[in-house]
Amino acid sequence: MSEPTFPIELTVNGVLREARAPARRLLSDFLRHDLGLTGTHVGCEHGVCGCCTVLLDGDPVRSCLTFAVTVAGHEITTVEGLAGPGGEPSTVQRAFHEEHALQCGFCTPGFLCTVTALLRDTPHPTDAEILEGISGNLCRCTGYQNIVRAVRRAAGEA
Amino acid sequence: MKPPPFGYHAPRTVGEALDALARGADGPDGGGTKVLAGGQSLIPLLNMRLAAPAALVDINGVTELDGLEATAEGVRVGALARHSRVERSAAAARVQPLLRRALRHVAHPVIRNRGTVVGSLVHADPAAELPAVLALLGGAVELASARGRRTVRARDFFRGPLEPALEPGELAVAAFFPARPPGTGVAFAEFARRHGDYALAGVAALAAVDGRGEVTAARAAFLGVAGVPVVLDLTGPATTGRVAAAVRDRLDPEADLHASADYRRHLAGVLAERAVTEATTEAREDR
Ligand SMILES: Cc1cc2nc3c(=O)[nH]c(=O)nc-3n(C[C@H](O)[C@H](O)[C@H](O)COP(=O)(O)OP(=O)(O)OC[C@H]3O[C@@H](n4cnc5c(N)ncnc54)[C@H](O)[C@@H]3O)c2cc1C
Ligand code: FES
Ligand code: FES
Repeated sequence: MSEPTFPIELTVNGVLREARAPARRLLSDFLRHDLGLTGTHVGCEHGVCGCCTVLLDGDPVRSCLTFAVTVAGHEITTVEGLAGPGGEPSTVQRAFHEEHALQCGFCTPGFLCTVTALLRDTPHPTDAEILEGISGNLCRCTGYQNIVRAVRRAAGEA
Repeated sequence: MKPPPFGYHAPRTVGEALDALARGADGPDGGGTKVLAGGQSLIPLLNMRLAAPAALVDINGVTELDGLEATAEGVRVGALARHSRVERSAAAARVQPLLRRALRHVAHPVIRNRGTVVGSLVHADPAAELPAVLALLGGAVELASARGRRTVRARDFFRGPLEPALEPGELAVAAFFPARPPGTGVAFAEFARRHGDYALAGVAALAAVDGRGEVTAARAAFLGVAGVPVVLDLTGPATTGRVAAAVRDRLDPEADLHASADYRRHLAGVLAERAVTEATTEAREDR
């Protein structure tokens, strides 16, 4: 007996997208495999590393701990949707580039989505607020100092 | 790491959800149907294939469960209210400030955007913050099934680790956290290896003072020291300033990979001393 699938319609980065998938399809896999948007990375698949973080109706969530079928009809922003219309990097993306806040880049999509929402809600964060804001994202390369600097820089420029 | 297949129901009303749960409960494997709320505890278990429910009843579309009401009596949190919403609610923080103080220790902000308060109570992790808060305040969980509704008090709700007093076919529709009365104070303290992790031990405390500022009652609920939240009356030790020693005498935690039993006992005492002191200060300011 083949597994039943559901039609799942989502607005991803402003574009209405649709695919059929079983109920157990994680949002992270739906974005990557069904929609071909591989910018969202998958590390631990149990909520710890943060690299699968996307924006759901504007708020950061773990796409590895969300079923695509649950969020049908909602709006998703992935790292591919952060840049401006002409591919111009966003303030946060530019700050990460300028402060050397990435090395291998595996964790970066999650950090960028998390920090984008953080600075929207708290445009002038204290250092404590920055650390709390990014505490759920792991980076094996940078040692975090440059990431914190990038967040400060993006806040200063916004 | 991918979830195993399961049947999927997406009800729009509580009635539809209860029907789906009743059908599951009557099915061949009894409790094989599970509720999916925020998924922040259930989906990791599915991804790691530590759970394989026959079917999930996804309540994320049941808008009538979305309530969050703060009245003079307390805060009633509907099953779809996410941690982050309750944390940000100024009305909830006025009525019962302990909720926000404890929620700030629950996982990371991004997890709190999805996880629900009621889901955390039903999950009943012995190291979770909210079961201790519910136990300290003497709150309750409202359950519904196709057979009817019932309210279970905190002290009867937590039966064991990951073991809430839920029968097959039951949905938790809301939780009630009683208000902080005037002249009382509340506080929360915990210690975790890394910020956002489940704590090694933690404590929620409550203190009441009389018109002269003398302590008339002190109580604490502990997490991470037993399979269920442990509530201790600390009124005597609080008046003589011997909270930490009294707590060490009365708790009997177990050792695990993360901490020895002795260290946990010590930690619980120190944290309780701090939390009771803080709660007493708040109570005096509120006289
Ligand atoms: C990285 C990480 C760190 C975390 N750290 C902490 C922490 O420090 N402290 C803490 O307390 N929690 C922590 N959590 C767990 C988080 O708080 C969960 O959100 C919460 O425990 C469960 O809520 P949920 O809505 O996500 O429930 P789900 O995952 O959807 O469900 C959990 C269980 O409860 C049942 N259930 C849920 N809602 C209902 C209902 N209304 N009626 C009947 N059954 C129901 C489900 O069937 C399932 O068995 C962490 C999670 C992650 C991923
Ligand atoms: S892959 Fe989702 S948090 Fe690690
Ligand atoms: S840049 Fe490599 S993990 Fe962060």
